[in-house]
This record gives sequence, structure tokens and C-alpha cells, in this order.
Amino acid sequence: MYPPELKYTKNHEWIRISGTQGQVGITDYAQQQLGDVVFVDLPEIGIHFTQGEQFGSIESVKAVSDLYCPVSGKVVEVNSALIDHPDTVNADPYGAWIIIVTLSNTDELLTLLEADGYGELIT
Amino acid sequence: MSFVAPNILKKTALNARHRELGARMIGFGGWDMPVEYASGISNEHHAVRTKAGLFDVSHMGEIEIAGVDALAVVQRITCNDASVLTVGQAQYSAITTEAGTVIDDILVYKLASTHYLLVVNASNIAKDQAWVANEISSVNDAVLVNSSSRYALLALQGPLAQKILQPLTGTELDSIPYYWFTNGEVANVRAMISRTGYTGEDGFELFIQPQAAVRVWDALLDVGAEPIGLGARDTLRLEAAMRLYGNDIDETTTVLEAGLGWIVGWQKQNFIGKDALITARETGLTRQLAGFEMIDRGIARQGYDVYSDERIVGSVTSGTQTPFLNKAIGMAYVPTELSKNETEIIINVRGRYLRARIIQMPFYKRRRK
Repeated sequence: MYPPELKYTKNHEWIRISGTQGQVGITDYAQQQLGDVVFVDLPEIGIHFTQGEQFGSIESVKAVSDLYCPVSGKVVEVNSALIDHPDTVNADPYGAWIIIVTLSNTDELLTLLEADGYGELIT
Repeated sequence: MSFVAPNILKKTALNARHRELGARMIGFGGWDMPVEYASGISNEHHAVRTKAGLFDVSHMGEIEIAGVDALAVVQRITCNDASVLTVGQAQYSAITTEAGTVIDDILVYKLASTHYLLVVNASNIAKDQAWVANEISSVNDAVLVNSSSRYALLALQGPLAQKILQPLTGTELDSIPYYWFTNGEVANVRAMISRTGYTGEDGFELFIQPQAAVRVWDALLDVGAEPIGLGARDTLRLEAAMRLYGNDIDETTTVLEAGLGWIVGWQKQNFIGKDALITARETGLTRQLAGFEMIDRGIARQGYDVYSDERIVGSVTSGTQTPFLNKAIGMAYVPTELSKNETEIIINVRGRYLRARIIQMPFYKRRRK
């Protein structure tokens, strides 16, 4: 349910680290709580976000949720496939990354939750 | 010492069924209600547009007025003309203030020549009851009964509603026109069967005794109806441009501003709010409820400000991404001069100023047979 290779925030984002970059998405729990996702508001490439800063928002039929950056870094890619197929977030929450950031401070990863810790948080 | 009031939500007779079906429950108008089942709002919305969906709307209130002066009371407190109703017929109407604003939007059922049933919004039951009681007290030979707890109310909606319901009842459903009702049985349970609904589809609303609700609910699911929660009820009614009390209409909006002039019985001798509505009709409306669709990508929701020429000119009352039309639509009060079709407005969607255009309501209209 919560892939062990990912790191998690208390706000239900995950990050998949590869070298100095990380894909960011929302967890299965988050997509379940949201329900059918109909819109993902993506940031522009090149913007730098600090850890915990809002980088976008995601909307289901019934609610809006802000998206917070798990780590500080610069957006190098956005998943523009989500513009036309936002429901991918429901179907495949760990495949449907939203942005890729280049981390500016890898030490921040230590502040994130492991899968076990995140699992405890939501139960 | 502090005293914490218990926040207990009321439960309909089908509460356990909703939970068994995996519904996500929310508090709505003081009731513990299903917002969506396992299949989700979009699938539920499509099921109603293409097949048939079953809603538990037992939270709705029922207020009965009976007595020699029952019609006179109904005529005084509601804006539509109930004198045109035949026994077995229903009409959409509103309880209005002296200012012509909306205390509640309701359905009026003529059960017998001296007996009317008002179906009212769950959150307004107490308010409506007090208002009507006060109006009755003055002169009339009529009694008021809040019979909300005596009814479970199920809504079966969708193009296949009649086909699904027919095998479960001896009533010839084809003989019930839109906005008419009859007494019969469904799944061997006594029911008042009404051809009404809040989705823009053909369908029926079934008034039954609460203790029989599970039996009828199960029987309808067995023959292919899908359970639908309040989430899809909201997206369905919005596509059909049906007003939602508390969002699109309330005691600050007149019936005319809300675009509900068609439920005003102008020829009626008198009703509360008539003078104000006549004046408003003569002087013209300064603002009107208009439908819009987003031009830019984004979803406008209730409370978002509407701009024109960099000034706030109104506010969104309902808005969503519709699952069926697959676009972002909504309703907003805007100045009359901006309410014409194709007029462009700007909506502040959480700091982004997005373009929208006024379009004709309803957003969705079913094909009639």
C-alpha cells in the first residue's frame, strides 16, 4: 500500500528520489480522500519552492487540496499528461507523479516519513 | 466546568445499508448521509445519466397542512399557484418572505382537496415549520403536522428508472405524467409514487414508511439500480441547473433574481412577497443568477468573486467540474447587464483570475421521448 522506496510528508505527498532529483506525487490515501480527481494545477518549470511551500493544487469533484513541496528544490519537469487525464492520480497514485524537482538540500530528506511512519500516521 | 454539546447526526433508516455498501459518510443538514459509494462521484453521475441510480433522500422534510383552509394557507405562504393542482399532482414552489426572497424551495403535493404535503429541505425543516405555524395561527381552519419522521424517501432516477421500477409495482407507471403521483406499492410495500426528481432525468420519488425502507432499497438494487450519494446528486442537479437552497437561493435572493419567475403565480389574489415581486418586475432586476462555463482551465466554486472591468461584481453560488459534460460550469449572481449569453466574466479562482463565459441554463437537458 505504501511503497517502501518512497518518502512521505504528513500532508500526504510522496517523493521518489533518483540521484539529486525527485518525483513528487500524492499518496493512495490522499487520492481516496479526494475522490475523483478532475483538475491538477501545475506550477511552471524553473520555479524554486522551499520545503513545505505550496507548489500547486489538486481538485476533485467535491474539494480542492493544496499541494506542498516535500523538499526545497527547483521544478525541472511537470507531468503535463495530467492536464488531460487528471484521473490517473486515482488510478495509479504512485505512478502519476506531478512534478520533478532538483533537490537543493538533500538533508531535508531526513525530515520526511518512511513508509512505516506514514502508514502509522493515517491509521 | 465546560459543557460540550453532543454533536449527534440523525440517521436515516438506510444508514447501515450505506455503510455496508462502502459509502463515505458526511454530515449534511444535521444528517449522517452518504456522499459517495465505492464507485465514486463520476461513475455514479454517469450511472444516473445513462442507466438508473437510487438515492436515499430521507433527510428531506415533510410538512402537511390539512383542513378546510389548507389551500388558503398554501396559497398565502407559497409563491406558485397551488389552486391549479388536481389531487395527485405536484408543483415546484417556494416559501417567500415579504421581500420576495426565499425561505425555502419546496414541492407542493395535493394529497386530497383539503390536504397538502410540502417536501422541504432538510436544513430548513424547523424554520419552515415555525414560519407556517405562525401564518396558520392567525385565522385559518387548518392544522400543521411535521411528518418528516414518518417517511423514508427514495429517489430512483435515470433513463431506465421506469423499466427498473415497473416489475416491482402493480401501478402502471406509464400513466403517471411528470410531476404527478399516485398511491400504490413497491416490493409489496405501500408507497406514494411520484414522477419527480432533482437530477434532470426521468425518474420517481418513493415515499414509504421508514421501517420498509431497507426492503424497497434492496429490491431496487437487486433489479439493477446503482446507489448514488449526495456528491453526484449535487453535480447532477447543477448540470440540470436546479437551484440548491443555501447556495443559489436563500433569504437574500428574490425568486426573480434566481430566475424562478416561472414559479410565481402572478394571477393569485395574494401571497407573502407578491407586492415586492411585482415592484421588482416593474422596475427591473439589478442582478440575476446566470450560468457560466470556464474558458480558462480551473474550477470556480461557491463563494469565489466574479469580476468585470477589474471590479467585483458578483459571486459564484455553485460550481463544479461536471462529470458528464466534462467541463467546469457554475452559477453566479451577476449584474443584469452582464447576464446575457456569451458575456465574458473573470472569476478569482484562489488568486488566479480566470475567464468564464455566460451560457444558457440548463447546462444539460435530457432527450425526451
